[in-house]
Amino acid sequence: MTQSAAAKAGRPHAVWAIPGVLFFVFFAVAPMVLAVYLSFTTWNGLGDPKPVGLANWQKLLHDDRLTQSLTVTVLLTVTSWAFQTVVSLLLGVWAAGRQRNRAVLSAIFFVPFLLSSTAIALLFYALLDPNFGVIHQDTLGSTSGAFLAIVFVGGWQFIPFHTLIYQGGARQIPDVLYQAAAIDGAGRYRQFFSITLPQLRNTATTSSVLMIVGSLTYFETVLILTQGGPGTDTAILPYLMYEAGFKSYDFGYASAIATFLVVAATALSLALVKLTGFGAMRSTREGM
Amino acid sequence: MESYSRRWFLGAGATTLLTTGLTACGSSDSTGSSGTVTAFVYGDDATKVQVKAVTRFNASAAAKKAKGRIKLEKVPGTDYPAKLRTAMGSPNAPDVFFNWGGGSIKAYQEANQLVDLTDTIKSDPVLSSGFLPSVLAAGALKGKNYGIPMRGMQPVILFYNKSVFAAQKLQPPTTWAELLDINKKLKAADITPFALGGADIWPELMWLEYLVDRIGGPEVFDRIKNGDASGWGDPAVLKAAETVKQLIDDGAFGKGFSSVSYVNGGAPAVFAKGKAAMHLMGSWEYSTQLGKFPDFAKTNLGWAAFPKYEGGAGDIRNVVGNPTNYWSVNARTGNKDAAIAFLRDCASEAYAKDLVANGDIPTTSNAEKLLDSSPNPEFAKFQYQLVQQAPAFTLSWDQAVDPDVSTPMLTEINKLFVGKSSPAEFVSALKGLK
Repeated sequence: MTQSAAAKAGRPHAVWAIPGVLFFVFFAVAPMVLAVYLSFTTWNGLGDPKPVGLANWQKLLHDDRLTQSLTVTVLLTVTSWAFQTVVSLLLGVWAAGRQRNRAVLSAIFFVPFLLSSTAIALLFYALLDPNFGVIHQDTLGSTSGAFLAIVFVGGWQFIPFHTLIYQGGARQIPDVLYQAAAIDGAGRYRQFFSITLPQLRNTATTSSVLMIVGSLTYFETVLILTQGGPGTDTAILPYLMYEAGFKSYDFGYASAIATFLVVAATALSLALVKLTGFGAMRSTREGM
Repeated sequence: MESYSRRWFLGAGATTLLTTGLTACGSSDSTGSSGTVTAFVYGDDATKVQVKAVTRFNASAAAKKAKGRIKLEKVPGTDYPAKLRTAMGSPNAPDVFFNWGGGSIKAYQEANQLVDLTDTIKSDPVLSSGFLPSVLAAGALKGKNYGIPMRGMQPVILFYNKSVFAAQKLQPPTTWAELLDINKKLKAADITPFALGGADIWPELMWLEYLVDRIGGPEVFDRIKNGDASGWGDPAVLKAAETVKQLIDDGAFGKGFSSVSYVNGGAPAVFAKGKAAMHLMGSWEYSTQLGKFPDFAKTNLGWAAFPKYEGGAGDIRNVVGNPTNYWSVNARTGNKDAAIAFLRDCASEAYAKDLVANGDIPTTSNAEKLLDSSPNPEFAKFQYQLVQQAPAFTLSWDQAVDPDVSTPMLTEINKLFVGKSSPAEFVSALKGLK
């Protein structure tokens, strides 16, 4: 199609994309390219970055803390995904129904998502204080306690959002399916597992990709709740990057971690899309 | 559309990138040539002294002569080092900035961003004889001065809760054996011996600083500070770490200390409310308590030197902590004369009086006679004499070494305190820091 024809047809012209593209290039692509460049240099924030070749990347490969951090990050991602998916799937399906008070309760459930994650983390930090908090236990002082606290606080914040996604997905399921199932004698549970779940496949993929990529960049909650502690037990990759950059002022190494994170997150979300068949966008309504 | 989209996007991207790159590298020498001198200060309660100094200076004849005005920028506390680093790497760098001397300014000195004040101080009697020599020297790098003392001295002191001590019929410890004995009695009475804000890590550091000094003397850390990482292998470091471990295992800090914070008020509250009997903390603990629990600060807050360690090499009079804070001048300043004229005000009696009124102990040579007007003359004199008589004043470790060493060092200290590494593992990890 020629340019003028596109314009005549009132279809999106490439020029229309300029604001969006500029914004994206300025705030996403340029910083990423700079980070890749910085990962091959040593720079403490002053003067000019000095090229050091692959030194930062070699350090990355041999850093014990990175290995530990990677393990914690994966563990956190998987646990958060499992926790958030189960809860928001159930809540979402429930909220899609036509019960009394449903709208009011759904609105209340949504409130945590509207709060800033810093405010939420500070709130829970105060609640978990061993001396003046609500539970008189050193939750954040133990490895499992600190880990679960991060999973819980993250869930508390993001479950409302994913509930909304599942609610939307569940609303799209045609009533005829349930009516037919009811005629066939399927009970409530059978209907959930045989109709609701399969119909929500694409919704689940969308929500999971968002959760998993989101967990990889989960930062402020860790910074405020545990500072990567106890010791280094909850120092996930983004926190390690922050520490290298803004505490040690080793921006070269921090950029190497950042680049690694970008590559890992992109690869992971591509793999997820591929594995779940989301890319092919097969309709859940086939044969209807 | 198909025919030109990809190349077009790439072109647009490249153009934008170039523009960004050029802007980033473009200007690097445009710091306040207008005569206004920007000063970055650590934004806590004590900035009121600097606010007054700025007002005084801007109205003074010295300011008119140097054709400059000072503009004070208060940078919120915890973010200060990172914000300063970012600013110093940008065209909007401050002309004058607050720092801790030593390792905190080393990177700036190496990047030639600091004005060497050695000759300025030498040729100016107001500066050269205005401050305690040990304090002036503590802010120096390799014998050259880059900073002028601008706040009170901040030695680390063993604070204790007088009413708890009276109720348990105890005296503050002067030896390690006494300290252990007190711990035992306090625990029997279900009182945590020491408050500790372990979530911030630097309060944990204070224990190691004092223990290494008392066990091995100030020379041990001196060696490390001067870049010899094998200094961590000194037996005193291992012994200090073992002593810390023993304290933790004995419950000297209570159970939840690793998630108690000093900064958000947890540890001071535990201490003031009598849940803990003692608190090893910088002298600012007094003003913190005065702000949060004034009655406790005025009547029940006691203080003592860190006890002696039997058989150790360190003098009980040795002190660790921050000798003071300093103003340094950016080499790129557009008005060096005004900046230095402003720094001279820190040696003035008016400035020292403001510090004293704020509860601080100035590091000026004229300070002692002013201390009677301090809100707490007894505490003020204790501190001044502590520092004046100290054979050695060890700068806080995290300020004395480079940030790229101090960050992993603090992580290792935290691992030791939360039991993630043994004293031997702690020592070998520190030896690996270069």
